[in-house]
Amino acid sequence: MTDMAVETTTSSEPLPRTKTDWLPLLLVPALALLALPFIGSGSTWVTLTVAGLAMGMMIFLMASGLTLVFGLMDIINFGHGVFISLGAYATLIVLGPLAGWGQADSVWLNLGLLFLCIVVAMAVTGVVGAVFERVIVRPVYGSHLKQILVTMGGLIVAEQAIHAIWGASPIPLQLPQTLRGAFVIGDIVMERYRVVAVCIGLVVFIGMQLLLNRTRIGLLIRAGVENPEMVEALGYRIRRLFVSVFVAGSALAGLGGVMWAFYRQTLTAGMGMEVMVLVFIVIIIGGLGSVGGCFVGSILVALVANYVGFLEPKLALISNILVMALVLIWRPQGLFPVARR
Amino acid sequence: MAEPLLQLSGVHTHIGPYHILHGVDFAIPAGQLTMLLGRNGAGKTTTLRTIMGLWQASSGAIRFDGQDITKNSTPNIARAGIGYVPESMAIFTDLTVRENIVLAARSGPVDSARLDWMLGLFPALKRFWNLPAGNLSGGQKQMLAIARAIAEPRRLLLIDEPTKGLAPVMVRSMIEAFKALKAAGETILLVEQNFYAASALGDNVIVMDDGRIVHSGAMREMVEDKNLQQRLLGLSLDAHQ
Repeated sequence: MTDMAVETTTSSEPLPRTKTDWLPLLLVPALALLALPFIGSGSTWVTLTVAGLAMGMMIFLMASGLTLVFGLMDIINFGHGVFISLGAYATLIVLGPLAGWGQADSVWLNLGLLFLCIVVAMAVTGVVGAVFERVIVRPVYGSHLKQILVTMGGLIVAEQAIHAIWGASPIPLQLPQTLRGAFVIGDIVMERYRVVAVCIGLVVFIGMQLLLNRTRIGLLIRAGVENPEMVEALGYRIRRLFVSVFVAGSALAGLGGVMWAFYRQTLTAGMGMEVMVLVFIVIIIGGLGSVGGCFVGSILVALVANYVGFLEPKLALISNILVMALVLIWRPQGLFPVARR
Repeated sequence: MAEPLLQLSGVHTHIGPYHILHGVDFAIPAGQLTMLLGRNGAGKTTTLRTIMGLWQASSGAIRFDGQDITKNSTPNIARAGIGYVPESMAIFTDLTVRENIVLAARSGPVDSARLDWMLGLFPALKRFWNLPAGNLSGGQKQMLAIARAIAEPRRLLLIDEPTKGLAPVMVRSMIEAFKALKAAGETILLVEQNFYAASALGDNVIVMDDGRIVHSGAMREMVEDKNLQQRLLGLSLDAHQ
């Protein structure tokens, strides 16, 4: 529910506008422009940049839920990776009966299939997230060490459950027909699926920004990140908010899992855990609890990985750590520090 | 005599192994400003937090408007009409001044008459309306914390040391704001260390020491009785002026 009634104050003076911290936002275009002369070819640069943006969006989709959960609930959820894996495996629920949609030479059927996969994955991971919060996380509120141990345990159990349900062998996954291949514009090559990933990532980011900044729920989440006790003293039931955010965070991980699965085109129970190092790096770079920071951090990490991988492949493995170190030297609390309790 | 708005009877509070409140009894009459005084560590903040349900009373009873709220959760206590301004102010620094107010008005948008009244009490807030609250000075943060507590009608305000650390000029404007709140008929329980501010505002006074109530009565009596001030607070009003 938006609440703009307060805007109609009777103030006669012009009210000052909120200042935006532009510097971290300029990092991404600055980095892209800096890379251009090193790469040399404009078409290669565009290809690498679009690929990096797509990768960044997928990382953002997987990480955004965790940064909210950590920011609001102060929960270090090492089990977040299992929701990525579970979301990926949930695509099989849709792909089984609707395999024909994926083979059809129709953009709408193919996108519809992807959309259904996302909906089912988010529903499954949301429900499992609610159970995970109630059974595993709630008993260890307030104790980081116990959270790490217990959520790691939950991750292992859930991964084994995936093995028990879908088998331990990797499962190949095919992209829907029209999402395979690439758009070729002159010398520029852009994989179709990556373009779709960029669009979905942008939609989710804009949706989250609107939710967090333009709605009372968003205000509550931002206030709860900073001081949950005061939110309660204002009459709000923060426990319900905690559960809702945990469920939303799990569902977002499920969405990220679907996109990641189609990108890798292989399902393994450990695929979520494998990407968690990257997820933790971007939420630390972004500022714990900051969705905007997580977005910028994801793109930054992915672009650097792509550019460095092209220019100096041996350095690609440590590029993420280097980015994190440089950002933390510049801003020890991350790009967009969120006020903490 | 009418039933008090808030009544504490034999309230004990433990925090971990520590026994902080030892059978606190007092009553807050409606429509009056009651000062809660005492040295550091006397249990004033614990008393307010116990009323708000932020720390649970281990025994005793807290009644608000005739209802037992001892075991109620903090959100339910707030919904019953009790506003709380903690000593730390606890404003949401990442949110703008406007967003802090919007959030505090839980039941819906703040109507313009109430907003005008609030901004009339604390005009500085208008200038920083769309700026992050973290940018405000200490005094402005305190104003925002109080404005947030009155963003919607409350039946009782619990305010913890609002003048602590403020410059004298800010203390004076805070006293004026409380006088205006009092004139508007608000019922207030105000924790204060500054006896000058307390004497200028209070209708009633309660003094705590070591987790117990050691005095309660009319503020006028204490202002007039230097020996009482000396015995209970260790200082007289003269020393604060």
